[in-house]
Amino acid sequence: MKIETMTRFDFGAADMDSGLFFDAVASRLAAGGRAVAYFALPERGAHRLVMAIAFDRDSRAEVYSSSVSGPFRSLTPSFPQLHLFEREIYEQSGLKPQGHPWLKPIRFNTPGAVPGVADFFTVHGSQVHEVAVGPVHAGVIEPGHFRFQCHGERVFHLEIMLGYQHRGVERKMTGGPDGRSVHYAETLAGDTTVGHAWAYCGAVEALAGVNVPPRAQVLRGLMLELERLANHTGDLGALAGDVAYLPTASFCGRLRGDFLNMSALVCGNRFGRNMLRPGGVNCDLDFALVKELKLRLDNTYRDVANAVSLLWATNSVNDRFDDTGVITKEVAEGLGIVGPAARASGVGLDTRRNFPYGPYEGFTMAVSGSGDVYSRAYVRWLEIQKSAELVAGWLDALPEGPVMADCGELKPGSAALSLVEGWRGQICHFAVTGEDGRFIHYKVVDPSFHNWQALAMALRGGEISDFPLCNKSFNLSYCGRDL
Amino acid sequence: MIKALIARIKQGYRTIPFPAADMKLSPRFLGLPKVKSLKLDKAAAACPYGAITSGAGLDMGRCVFCGDCAKAAPEAVEFSRDYRLCARNPVDLLIGKEDFKRAEALGAELRGIFGRSFRLRQVCAGGCAACEADCNVLQTLGFDMGRFGIQFVASPRHADGILVTGPVTKNMELALRKTYAAVSSPKVVIACGACAIGGGPYAGHEECTGIPKDIPVDLYIPGCPPNPWTILDGILRLIGRIE
Repeated sequence: MKIETMTRFDFGAADMDSGLFFDAVASRLAAGGRAVAYFALPERGAHRLVMAIAFDRDSRAEVYSSSVSGPFRSLTPSFPQLHLFEREIYEQSGLKPQGHPWLKPIRFNTPGAVPGVADFFTVHGSQVHEVAVGPVHAGVIEPGHFRFQCHGERVFHLEIMLGYQHRGVERKMTGGPDGRSVHYAETLAGDTTVGHAWAYCGAVEALAGVNVPPRAQVLRGLMLELERLANHTGDLGALAGDVAYLPTASFCGRLRGDFLNMSALVCGNRFGRNMLRPGGVNCDLDFALVKELKLRLDNTYRDVANAVSLLWATNSVNDRFDDTGVITKEVAEGLGIVGPAARASGVGLDTRRNFPYGPYEGFTMAVSGSGDVYSRAYVRWLEIQKSAELVAGWLDALPEGPVMADCGELKPGSAALSLVEGWRGQICHFAVTGEDGRFIHYKVVDPSFHNWQALAMALRGGEISDFPLCNKSFNLSYCGRDL
Repeated sequence: MIKALIARIKQGYRTIPFPAADMKLSPRFLGLPKVKSLKLDKAAAACPYGAITSGAGLDMGRCVFCGDCAKAAPEAVEFSRDYRLCARNPVDLLIGKEDFKRAEALGAELRGIFGRSFRLRQVCAGGCAACEADCNVLQTLGFDMGRFGIQFVASPRHADGILVTGPVTKNMELALRKTYAAVSSPKVVIACGACAIGGGPYAGHEECTGIPKDIPVDLYIPGCPPNPWTILDGILRLIGRIE
């Protein structure tokens, strides 16, 4: 069933016979669809499988659902992009996807599960060895377990086992919205506070049928682009650090903070907490603040351009970035990866363009690359330029009017698909309301959920020493995946 | 090379003096709360975390600094821009009518050991990674905590203590215990952020256990996430570098 994103739709109308369901979604995925969400919703002793599919180039979204009560047909062998979705469904509902190549826990939250204890893919042979890292890593970073199968320094395979950050957010979203819901959204992934808050607000507003005032839409855009600027700048610095090029590393570490402080100037919090709320935004800008933001944007952007230009002009950096951790377009599309990492592999997918929302009507941006660390870094730089241009444009022409609209009750028995382009890629929130207008299910798909497998693939045939560099070029979220 | 040198000159000297009279925080920053009246029913009703109890005050350990209480009951609660929020004792985090009791330094012996060289192993145990980001930033040249002899280190064997962030998920409890055990005594434990203190947004989740009771906490740093200056201020007070 075709639906509009950010718009409420009748959930029951997506229902179909289970035999038909698997044939239908398989044919849609084969036609170039990308699964943005696939989950099992508990329903009167059985489950309903729901899949949302996007056709990015056609700006088309579709939803299919079907009731199932036992094992179901795994589509992973034909569509690898579903591999983690099906493992998640199995872990959360007990429904077994039959024919899935390797059903392993993903969050270790079922009775008796011990985190990190599962079968790992192993390579056997003389001189083959295994390197295990984590959950506690060397840096100030989130926990996860990584297993490398190596021959000398060469990596045959990397397996990434997460779940340590699982804190039960998605489960607790059910029954909302309530006073805590928006805070859950803001802390799904701390560095993507604005992205997830916007996705949450988008879902609630769609279900409530409220129109967000134009000024609030633009202020949301401003916060989202500042978030992108901060993270891309920080990551370019960290990439420089990982190849021991310290000038850019230290400059960008400071400049990332300058963008965060611009967010704080708007809402008081460096990560954009407490800014977005269903119906609009909490804080407005006055003339003096607009002027201050413009000044800071100019200065900070100038320094970022200066710091980042050093990267491209330094041979030792180029030598390490070039051809390291290659993800071909074929792999990127097969795994359904999103965001700058997908664009760097030549996959033309950007929610701001494909499913424009709020202030992004008419957004265009040409990005491509060859899928290596260099491309993923360079795409970040292109996006920094675009974000700075957007923010400057919005500050020059802020629409007048209120920044908050009343957001009433949610429509019962409905659903909404909310898509936002966070700095890591597409964020998907899928909300379903019951007869009382409260969430009976709330599905969150962070871009990292799609992209972690791409990091594992990037390491194949590389060296262990490439890992920090590849890792940072994706900079995925552990908590956004573990929920 | 010449380009890097020119860039170095252009980028300038950026380390921010600390502590200073004006830390140039956002005018909209929510810092130390002030309880103007203990009639807090309206404010308590606005708090989704039960951080406010009428007649008692506002518990910063459970507060995520969303400011909803101050909006609902401006006559009872307001937030100052004071970023110095850390305490040695969880009861001190309860803000009532009395003055806030800031963290005091460790005893003379520990101050002697840690005062000029303090190494921490950071353990991320759940949470949203915003606290980690604001710890990481202390190592950048703007905050430069290295100038005070403080450093995050890779191995717990090299550390004088651990700094815990996140609500401590069940899946991270064992790793946290092992990391703590690997630090040699005497050692210090710092609970950084609302999650580590009282669960934060995830308070009451069955997936989270909190810092185990047998790991004694020496310093509590409130905030969601705490401002980097709040973290630095707390650590410096703990090792006796600020009074």
